[in-house]
Amino acid sequence: MKTQSLVSIDDITKEEMLQLLERARYFEANPNSKLLDGKVVATLFFEPSTRTRLSFETAVNRLGGRVIGFSDASTSSTSKGETLKDTIKMVSNYADLIVMRHFLEGAARYASEITDIPIVNAGDGANQHPSQTMLDLYSILKTQGRLDNLTITMVGDLKYGRTVHSLLMALRFFKPVFNFVSSKELAMPAEYLEVCRREGIEFHEYRDFSQEVIDSSDIIYMTRVQRERFSDVMEYEKVKNLYTLHNAMLATSKPNLKILHPLPRVNEINIDVDDNPKAYYFEQARNGVFARQAIITKALGLQIPPK
Amino acid sequence: MTGNKKELAVAALKNGTVIDHIPSEALFAAVRILGIENMGKSVTIGNNLHSNRLGTKGIIKVADTEFEQCVLDRIAIIAPTAVVNIIRDYSVVEKRPVTLPDTLTGIVRCPNPKCISNNEPMASRFEVVDRNDVDLCCHYCGHHVAGGEAASLL
Repeated sequence: MKTQSLVSIDDITKEEMLQLLERARYFEANPNSKLLDGKVVATLFFEPSTRTRLSFETAVNRLGGRVIGFSDASTSSTSKGETLKDTIKMVSNYADLIVMRHFLEGAARYASEITDIPIVNAGDGANQHPSQTMLDLYSILKTQGRLDNLTITMVGDLKYGRTVHSLLMALRFFKPVFNFVSSKELAMPAEYLEVCRREGIEFHEYRDFSQEVIDSSDIIYMTRVQRERFSDVMEYEKVKNLYTLHNAMLATSKPNLKILHPLPRVNEINIDVDDNPKAYYFEQARNGVFARQAIITKALGLQIPPK
Repeated sequence: MTGNKKELAVAALKNGTVIDHIPSEALFAAVRILGIENMGKSVTIGNNLHSNRLGTKGIIKVADTEFEQCVLDRIAIIAPTAVVNIIRDYSVVEKRPVTLPDTLTGIVRCPNPKCISNNEPMASRFEVVDRNDVDLCCHYCGHHVAGGEAASLL
């Protein structure tokens, strides 16, 4: 059963990824069912993340399952000093599957090694957040009709942003062209550039969020530039508005272009973009429920479509 | 066999293990990794001895003890040049190098303070990505550790 856990996007093959996307498509067409009738899913959020938790819990509820859990470690026995191991062992007695979010990196991997029920990682510190990657992939597939041979532009914090790293790793199977747009301080780490080189993926690094880059893109994936990432406040002040997208910048962009963002956004996408049909970040969040229904049913070994 | 004479000058060993060709700077870390500090057997440790290959080297002799290879292999992180000699009745019956295993459990501490392995009562675990140009990857948080850094994390 351990192999059923989803801890990192790097653990699953291209085929498994495509199967999950196929499932997500099924759940978009059939969001409500009784597939999880009689099942209990625990959502253990050792760190608050309302958006992710509501998305997972909606996924379970729409599948007819029951949810137990906590949304903040201060309301669990972690605050009394209980180890993660003990919490996981205890909850494993009650639930059929655990969705967990933790502030420590590697927490989900460790949890998957100490229990026989599947663990779905809903984010472990700065490390992995595979359901976000699956919903990003599903959003790309849905809006572009394919995953292959797309020009994907990633903008903002490419150094610390785990979503862009995981998305890069997932897209490496699909012959993309990557544009990495960021300040020098927040550039894509060398190890990911190395992955691109090794896989023969074309990529370009830019310091300017130029019209040329925007007009060449099929997908623009925006991320938030956080002040606390900068050692030098002056540097932050200099770059914070350089990577902001305004509606006027989309005038000559490709008709199929879609703007994605893992949310929450601050000022990196101006609100005048929201009404542009190329803005896709709110629908993207909606796709999260289907992607999570896909992940949960696969982790539980349920056949889709059901027989 | 002048080499043997040099070894005998340190201490003759009837039965046991001699670990030779340890880089001088790695000697005491090797002692710690092998848990020699807590052994009751007679132990001889030499350091800064002349070595044609390494310049200077360290050597560890432990009487009446044969280590499991998986234990010895742990020192490959810091002393990949080490050679293990098994001594029985004053003769070297076996001579073998140390090789880094595929995974290292409970040996190297992860330098990432936010790694789960530093925050739970559990063993650390590293996958060996590159044996020659030592590169270790934390099984839990994915943090990479190079050979030089590993010595300070034992």
